[in-house]
Amino acid sequence: MVLAATTDMSLDAHLVDYAIVGLYFAFVLGIGIAARRAVSSSLDFFLSGRSLPAWVTGLAFISANLGAIEVMGMSANGAQYGMATMHYFWVGAIPAMVFLGIVMMPFYYGSRARSVPEFMLMRFGTGAHLVNAISLVVAQVLIAGLNLYLLASILEALLGWALWVSIVAAAAVVLTYTALGGLSAAIYNEVLQFFVIVAALLPLTLVGLHKVGGWGGLVDAVSADAGAEQMSSWPGSEFTGLDPFWSVVGLVFGLGFVQSFGYWTTNFVEVQRAMAADSLSAGRRAPIIGAYPKMLVPFIVVIPGMIAAVLVPELAAFKAGNTAEAGGVDYNDTLVLLIRDLLPNGMLGVALAGLLAAFMAGMAANISAFNTVFSYDIWQTYIVKGRPDKYYLEVGRVVTVIATVIAIGTAFIASNYTNLMDYLQTLFSFFNAPLFAVFIVGLFWKKTSPTAAWMGLVLGTSAAVLLFIFNETGVYTLPGQGGAFVQAGAAFVVGALVCFLVTPFTTSRDPAELQGLVWSETATQLGDEPGTPVWQSAVKLGTGVMVLTIILNFVFA
Amino acid sequence: MSDKQHTPGNDEGGAKTAGAFDIRMIIAMLIGVYGLVLVVTGLFFTSEADLAKADDFNINLWAGLGMLAAGAGFLAWSRLRPIVVKTPDEPANEQQKAHDT
Repeated sequence: MVLAATTDMSLDAHLVDYAIVGLYFAFVLGIGIAARRAVSSSLDFFLSGRSLPAWVTGLAFISANLGAIEVMGMSANGAQYGMATMHYFWVGAIPAMVFLGIVMMPFYYGSRARSVPEFMLMRFGTGAHLVNAISLVVAQVLIAGLNLYLLASILEALLGWALWVSIVAAAAVVLTYTALGGLSAAIYNEVLQFFVIVAALLPLTLVGLHKVGGWGGLVDAVSADAGAEQMSSWPGSEFTGLDPFWSVVGLVFGLGFVQSFGYWTTNFVEVQRAMAADSLSAGRRAPIIGAYPKMLVPFIVVIPGMIAAVLVPELAAFKAGNTAEAGGVDYNDTLVLLIRDLLPNGMLGVALAGLLAAFMAGMAANISAFNTVFSYDIWQTYIVKGRPDKYYLEVGRVVTVIATVIAIGTAFIASNYTNLMDYLQTLFSFFNAPLFAVFIVGLFWKKTSPTAAWMGLVLGTSAAVLLFIFNETGVYTLPGQGGAFVQAGAAFVVGALVCFLVTPFTTSRDPAELQGLVWSETATQLGDEPGTPVWQSAVKLGTGVMVLTIILNFVFA
Repeated sequence: MSDKQHTPGNDEGGAKTAGAFDIRMIIAMLIGVYGLVLVVTGLFFTSEADLAKADDFNINLWAGLGMLAAGAGFLAWSRLRPIVVKTPDEPANEQQKAHDT
C-alpha cells in the first residue's frame, strides 16, 4: 500500500486526538503488564491456561482476523466492486466458521493438542508434523511483516515519522505486550481492539450515510456512478470476471468451500483462539459466537468503502478512470480519505486509535501463533526435549523477541510490494489449501497413512507454487486473486489425490491409536447434551447464524 | 456443559472474582473515557467548520453518548455477573486470579 504523495492525506490531528490515541496505547501496555502477573506456566502463556469464556475467545477469534487486510482491504474492495465484496463475509467466512465450531472443534479441543501442527503429529506422526510446523512459522513471520509494514505506513502517513522509525516503534509496542503477557494479553487486547474498531467505524459509517442521503441516497449515487449491479451482491460477475452462472458456482465452491474452509479451519492464528477456551463447549462456541459479529462487520467496513467512492472527490475520479483528478490516490486509501473528509477532531482520534488497533491485532496474532508453534512444535519436539515447563516458557519469550526482529526484516521486504492483498492470498494458497485437503481426508478416512499425509502436504504446496510460477512467467495469465484461487484449488485437489493414491502402498496406523483423531473412531456427538440452553448450544447458535446469513444474502441480492 | 464463569454466587471454597482484570471492566473504562472526552469535545470544542465536515451532524456528541452508554453497559454486566475464578490446587488455573487493586 503506497499512500499517495500528491494528495494531502494528513489528518490534521489535534491534542485531543493524540490524547485518545495515547490512552489506547496506555491500555494496551497496561493489559500486557497485568497479564504478566497472572502467567505462571507455559500453558498460561501459550493457551491462556484454557480459561477464557466463550464470548471472549469468540470476539478474539474474529478480531485476530479484523486486521489490516480486513479493514483496509475490504473497504477498498467495497469502493471498487460494491456489494459483491459482501461475499467475503457471507459466503466466505460464516459457513466455514460454523463448520469449524460444529465439526472440527471436537477433534481439535478434544485431542488436547496445543496447536494445529500438534494435531497433525497426533494423527500422522512426525513427517506431516514437521512439514506443517515449518511452513506455518514461515507463513506467520511473512504475514507479520506485512501487518507491521501496513501499521508503520499509517504512522508514517499520519504522524510524519520516517518509515523505519514507524516500523521499529510499532514493533516495540506489539513486542512489549505479547512478550509480557503471552496469548492472554494478545487475546484481551484483541477483544479491546474489536470495540475500539467498532467505535471508530460505526460513527464513520453513520456520518457517511447521513451525508450521502441515507441508504436510498447511496443506492442512487452508486447506481449513477458505477451501475446498478454494484448494489447487488449476486451474481458478482464484475467481481469474479466470470459469466453469471459460473460466477455463482465459483463463489460458492471456490470462495465458499476451498478458500474459506481451508483458511478458517486450519489457520492456526484463528484456531488457537478457540483452543484457549475454558471447555469444549466454549471452544465449539467460540467461532460460532464470532460469526455473529462477523456477519455484521461488512456493514461498517464495506459500506464506508462504497460511500467513499461517491463522496471523496479524488476517489470518485479514480473510480471513473480520471487519473488526472485523482491526485495519485487508489482504492487502498479509501478509509483514510473518508476519515479525513468526514470526521472532526475528537472522533478523528478514535478513528486513528481504531486503525492502529486493527494493524496491531493482525501482527500480534501472527507473533503469538509463531511462538506457540516454534516453541512447542519445533523446539520442544525436535531440538531440546524433556526440559521443565519453565524452560519452554522462557523459550516462548525469547522466540517472541526473535520473531518480532524477523518481522521487522520482512516488513522491509513487504514495503517493496505494491499489491499486498495478492501476495497474501498467494501465501494462503501455498499453505492452507493443501493442509485443509490432508486434514479433511485424514479426518474422514481412517486408513490415510502418515507417508501419504506428508507427501500430500509437500506435493500440494508444490502444485500451488508451480502454478504461481506459471502465472508469473506468463505460461497463462490470471488477475491477482483469480490466480491465487486457481492455485488453492490445485493445491487442494493434488493434496487430496496424493492421500488417496499413496495410502494403499504404505502402512496405515492402527485404528486403536486414532481415537479422538478420526471421525469413525470417535464417539463424537455433533449435537449437544439434552437440555442445553440455546445460548450454550453450538448447533443451535450455528444454525441461527446460518439462517440469518442466508436472509442477508437474499435481502442484498 | 455449564458455563461456570458466568454463574453468579459460585464463590465457595477459594474462588475469587476477577475484579479489575475482568476484560469487561477494561472495555468499560476505555470506551467510557472516550465517550466522556467526545461529549465534552462535542459540546464545547466543536467548531462550525467541524460540524460542516460531518454534514451538520454533531458526531462527537452523539458518538460520545453512544460510547458512554456502551461503557455503562459493560460496567453493569461485569458487576451483575462477575467472573469467578476458582483457585484449586494446580497452579495452571490461577490464570485470571485477581490481583487486588
